[in-house]
Amino acid sequence: MNATAADTAELVPPTRKSGVGADRAFGLITAAAAWLVLLLLGGVAVSMAWGGRLAFQTFGWHFVTGKDWDVGAEKFGAFVPIYGTLVTSAIALIIAVPVSIGIALFLTDIAPRWTRGPIAIAIELLAAIPSIIYGMWGLFIFAPFMAAHVEPWLNDHLGSKAVIGPLFSGPPIGIGMLTAGIVLGIMVIPFVSSVAREVFSAVPAPLKESAVALGSTRWEILSRVTLPYTRSAVIGAVFLGLGRALGETMAVTFVLGNAHDLSLSLLMPSNSIAAAIANEFTEADTELYRSSLIALGFLLFVVTFIVLTIAKLMLLRLNRQLGRTH
Amino acid sequence: MAIPARRRVADIAAFAFATAATVFGLVWLAWILWTTLLQGAAALTPSLFSQMTPPPGASGGLLNAFYGSAVMILLGVIIGTPIGVAAGTYLAEHGRYTRLAAIVSFVNDILLSAPSIVIGLFVYEMVVRTAGHFSGYAGALALAMILLPIVVRTTEESLRLIPDQMREAGFALGLPRWRVTRQILYKAARSAILTGILLGVARIAGETAPLLFTALNNQFWSSSLNGPLANIPVVIFQYAMSPYDEWHTLAWAGAFVLTAFVLILNILVRLLARRGKN
Repeated sequence: MNATAADTAELVPPTRKSGVGADRAFGLITAAAAWLVLLLLGGVAVSMAWGGRLAFQTFGWHFVTGKDWDVGAEKFGAFVPIYGTLVTSAIALIIAVPVSIGIALFLTDIAPRWTRGPIAIAIELLAAIPSIIYGMWGLFIFAPFMAAHVEPWLNDHLGSKAVIGPLFSGPPIGIGMLTAGIVLGIMVIPFVSSVAREVFSAVPAPLKESAVALGSTRWEILSRVTLPYTRSAVIGAVFLGLGRALGETMAVTFVLGNAHDLSLSLLMPSNSIAAAIANEFTEADTELYRSSLIALGFLLFVVTFIVLTIAKLMLLRLNRQLGRTH
Repeated sequence: MAIPARRRVADIAAFAFATAATVFGLVWLAWILWTTLLQGAAALTPSLFSQMTPPPGASGGLLNAFYGSAVMILLGVIIGTPIGVAAGTYLAEHGRYTRLAAIVSFVNDILLSAPSIVIGLFVYEMVVRTAGHFSGYAGALALAMILLPIVVRTTEESLRLIPDQMREAGFALGLPRWRVTRQILYKAARSAILTGILLGVARIAGETAPLLFTALNNQFWSSSLNGPLANIPVVIFQYAMSPYDEWHTLAWAGAFVLTAFVLILNILVRLLARRGKN
């Protein structure tokens, strides 16, 4: 490095001007910023609880169990959006988890080495696409596709089956829980697969090599060495994906149909917590209505907080196993 | 010794599945990008960047929305970056090994994945309700809150990557801690932190949910941040959900520009980061 006069002048021993006081001030500023991060999370929880208190006081437990969301009568029960959130997230995970593990396996063990980087980036770009784009594509392209090709088939082949029939019967309109769940699944894939890929490649090579030496096939290495070794982190990745799916707003708002009707059929329109808030909040003209929507936000926040905490704890467990502190 | 057929079949099936899963993931990416490109390219006109958002049935552009988005993103970065870098510095340097740092690092990861619609509600409760009206300031604050955990995380990670010898060398020269951080560590981590900020910009550029009840939208030109402000994501949302064809076309045009911006930024940043590593 070329040291100029200015650079060397910077390196003189500390004078009183740049000494202890400045050091303490800098430390305090950074500590204050760290506290702010903490306060923001606390602030979100408190303000949601405070904003939703009117709804919780008025309806009590019926806010969670009530099936009626009647704006005119000012009666708000959030069972339908809660149900819709859970069902769409479950569909998303059913699709995303096996696919993500497959992608992680492909990228760590199968793909030719030079293609791994580009493919990994392409999959991660799925996470970069704004959710509103997913929503538009879902509404204009994917929902009509589902209505024309997939849902009539489901109706014909699964709709009359004994147990699962009611899930797949109903008008094939494209907008509904199944479509929303699939779109959510696509959105969750990059999050789960990138964590899974990272932990798969962290499995110590000697473990895999021992399995090879014992005559394992590559599938046996995955199922008996890699997955057991990374189990907690893979569960963590799944919960991370769940946290994302539960809170996703715009994509779901476009393709779920904003209907406050309870239906067993996955083909029927429904609602989700986030979509209900996005659709109705600016129209909420009474205190109770607005408070009910904020109470929904509180529920969503608490649930995602718990899910993401579990995710983080599970991921930390593997790190500890690997002897990493961070 | 030959591997029994059953084990071989399981092996081949698993690998076929893994390959199919990757193709499955890539097909969606291609489909979404292709749609956006096709619909968006057809909707691109010069008036997109010179005219305001039109009423139903009329032609127009998205100028006011581009402006509003740009201003709110910029302001969000100006608010979120210094706080994020400072907090990240605390986690990696000044508060290293403290309990506060461990808790904040944990909480930050949760904020990173917290539903953005809840952030919007929070800013609504704090700012919009107190002020009595929607505003561009509220929108910028909401975006800053989304950006903050991203900057904290990348700052912490990039500072941790710097070997302790660099710090020790600084201390050996008699530098106080804050000058070691500022003059040695920040310089070494600069490109990594910048990468994080740019990825954060790509993220907040497309955020819709936190703007719905903070910045709202504005059909007309407004340069005031103290009132409702047009922005690309909310305009796309409203126009795409409307029954008018002209609005749909504009929504596709906005979606195209937004997607192109976000993807190009993402790819550029990754290329730069890779070059930095070599």
